[in-house]
Amino acid sequence: MVATSDIVIEVRDLDFYYGDMKALRGVSLNIKRNQVTALIGPSGCGKSTFLRLLNRMNDLIPGTRVEGQVVFEGKNLYDEDVNPVDIRRRIGMVFQKPNPFPKSIFNNVAYGPRLNGIKDKKRLDELVVRSLKQAAIWEEVKNSLDKSALSLSGGQQQRLCIARALAMAPEVLLMDEPTSALDPIATSRIEELVEALKKDYPVVIVTHNMQQAARVSDDTAFFYMGEMVEMGNTERLFTKPEKQQTEQYITGRFG
Amino acid sequence: MTKGGIFPAIIGTFYLTIGSSLIALPLGVASAIYLSEYAREGWLLRLIRLGIQNLAGVPSVVFGLYGLALFVVFLGFGVSILAGSLTLGFLILPTVIGASEEAFRQVPSTFREASLALGATKFQTICRVVLPSAMPGVLTGSILGIGRAAGETAPIMFTAATFYTKHLPTSPLDQVMALPYHIYVLATSGTHIDQTRPLQYGTVLVLISLVLGINIFAIIIRTRMRRKKTW
Repeated sequence: MVATSDIVIEVRDLDFYYGDMKALRGVSLNIKRNQVTALIGPSGCGKSTFLRLLNRMNDLIPGTRVEGQVVFEGKNLYDEDVNPVDIRRRIGMVFQKPNPFPKSIFNNVAYGPRLNGIKDKKRLDELVVRSLKQAAIWEEVKNSLDKSALSLSGGQQQRLCIARALAMAPEVLLMDEPTSALDPIATSRIEELVEALKKDYPVVIVTHNMQQAARVSDDTAFFYMGEMVEMGNTERLFTKPEKQQTEQYITGRFG
Repeated sequence: MTKGGIFPAIIGTFYLTIGSSLIALPLGVASAIYLSEYAREGWLLRLIRLGIQNLAGVPSVVFGLYGLALFVVFLGFGVSILAGSLTLGFLILPTVIGASEEAFRQVPSTFREASLALGATKFQTICRVVLPSAMPGVLTGSILGIGRAAGETAPIMFTAATFYTKHLPTSPLDQVMALPYHIYVLATSGTHIDQTRPLQYGTVLVLISLVLGINIFAIIIRTRMRRKKTW
């Protein structure tokens, strides 16, 4: 059994609807501190939808509805008095396709801190440098902070996006298939980065790629048809799956 | 009519152009932000869009009469730079709204998503990401509209332009000479046609050059934007 303090996000009986379509049914799981949690499953199984529920990004889609609870730091994120903008400042997100702003490298990373009202040039400098170092991209960009972020390669752009999220000092980092648009070398650099980040940030990563889940994660949750079928220690889940569906998926019989 | 030069008319057209931009740009961009970022799709939005499109097709002389009734008479601005700028501003407003909306549409939604995911409010996202990314497009479309306004005669005939003055305007409530109206005057009211005809074509050349200059400026902005834009 894990102690409650090890749990950073506790999801209880979460249902999610796009209009009349029920996209998630009764999902309950725990996200633990200092760990990487992978969400796997075939396309359309609801894993990305689930991820976006953890920082209320689905609020932006009209006609959606949530039932159940996502408890973060003792508070249900879907309570009436919770401001989604606040939540998104505390829970960072990295997207499938690198999406830097058409601004300089520096201004990309400084974007979040500036939202928080930090104007002091020295503090911004410090934050930007620290975040770029944490995201393992500092050495490549330290002489070109004024250059457009769009001039970077895809893998560099994605690490820049990670730096941009880290500059907010998030309490959790969500990653939605962060390497699916990248080549194998760029992918392995991101994976190393995820490994390094988990001591400071709980990471939840959605991935198509089961090898990736096996390589980077401590816990894995398998989603299928809007349900969370099985969750557990990654090694255990991949070697001794308890549910038949999980076994069929990880052995490649469907998906 | 053959002495004095057209400097007052050039200055008058300059003021009217600047004045109408000052009115149409903020109002047009704000309307476009509402339409593309805030308004919910529905019958009301369709009605507003239809209205704007139709407004763009209204003959300019109608805008002139509207300006006369509203700004000159009802609001008491008199025949003045202010009344003329407002009238011209309204004339190009639909163009500015259309160009801006198109420019906002071309900003990828991933930019908005990235900003919102960092905890920006919708308003912050629009000010810090959407507007800067769309600005070149907004400006190009708007400047083309402004170029059109600079050459319009009918809207300023009743609202701003005067037949002849030696003085340069000293306040927004002054009347001014303006190039398009000056051409009209030269072409229709001269008693010594052989003397005014060269002046008339000279003024036409100046006006055309001015409008061409404005359009080239817009094209330069657009080309630069295309070179910079890689998303």
